[in-house]
Amino acid sequence: MKILAIASAGGHWVQLLRLKPAFEGHELIFVSTKTSFKETVKGHKFYSIPDASRWNKLKLIYSLICVFKIVFRSKPNIIITTGAAPGLMGIIAGKVIGAKTIWIDSIANVENLSMSGQIATSIADKSYTQWPDLSNSKVTFNGNVLS
Amino acid sequence: MIFVTVGTQGPFDRLISAMDEIAGTMPEVRFVAQVSKGRYKVKNMTCFEFISPAEFDEYFSSAKLIVSHAGMGTIISAFERSKPIVIFPKFHSLGEHRNDHQLATARKLGSLNYIHVAYTPAELRDKIHSVLDGGLSPLHKVGKYASSELINSLQSFISV
Repeated sequence: MKILAIASAGGHWVQLLRLKPAFEGHELIFVSTKTSFKETVKGHKFYSIPDASRWNKLKLIYSLICVFKIVFRSKPNIIITTGAAPGLMGIIAGKVIGAKTIWIDSIANVENLSMSGQIATSIADKSYTQWPDLSNSKVTFNGNVLS
Repeated sequence: MIFVTVGTQGPFDRLISAMDEIAGTMPEVRFVAQVSKGRYKVKNMTCFEFISPAEFDEYFSSAKLIVSHAGMGTIISAFERSKPIVIFPKFHSLGEHRNDHQLATARKLGSLNYIHVAYTPAELRDKIHSVLDGGLSPLHKVGKYASSELINSLQSFISV
């Protein structure tokens, strides 16, 4: 299976890397917003994309195009993300090509799901929160990255 | 050495100026700070705007204490390396972040007794002093990966 794992730089990326054992035995493609991260995932394909948040619409569109290009070219079976906005774009692009999509809301969201998370959880095939009290019929709690 | 970091999401001068002031009163301790593009001119700490992941690792590993905004990347890195960490959250009300999730993260992880939290420069100063008196230890440690519950759940969803 081909898995595309995407996350913004910082905490989102650190959390994504902590899920690595779940991807064992599959072809892995990483996508993030800092070119220097290539060295942290040696042996795997890595693409960097421009950073974006919902606060800058132009950058958001540019970043969306980049994510779509990568997803359309690499045609993964599975897209998994720990956020934020670029991860949501990955989920949307994954839906378009018929990939299985997984959203894991960042552990930093302790009171509510993130904005991206609220959208992502309504379209992703599987969604997780990392806090038990935020789980509901659409969002699963099944442990977190802090063990 | 005490390592101060503001992460990648913009400057945090309130933390950097508070730490710089503390560093000024402790000439015997080395302070290294990653400050982003702030306006405050640092006087008493070795500082960098940004550093590579490798350099970050190096300072992180050799530090006796980490002082940081409430960014999960830094917090998890501290847990992985069993480093004591003091969190000084960004406030939405002061225009430091787009919302108050740093405050919520700090409160939650503080209440779980995972991290030390300082909400004011005075509290920050007290925490730094107690480190030097040997009073601040790492509160939470984690392994290399997420909980096996989460890994297993993902694995089974991926392979179905």
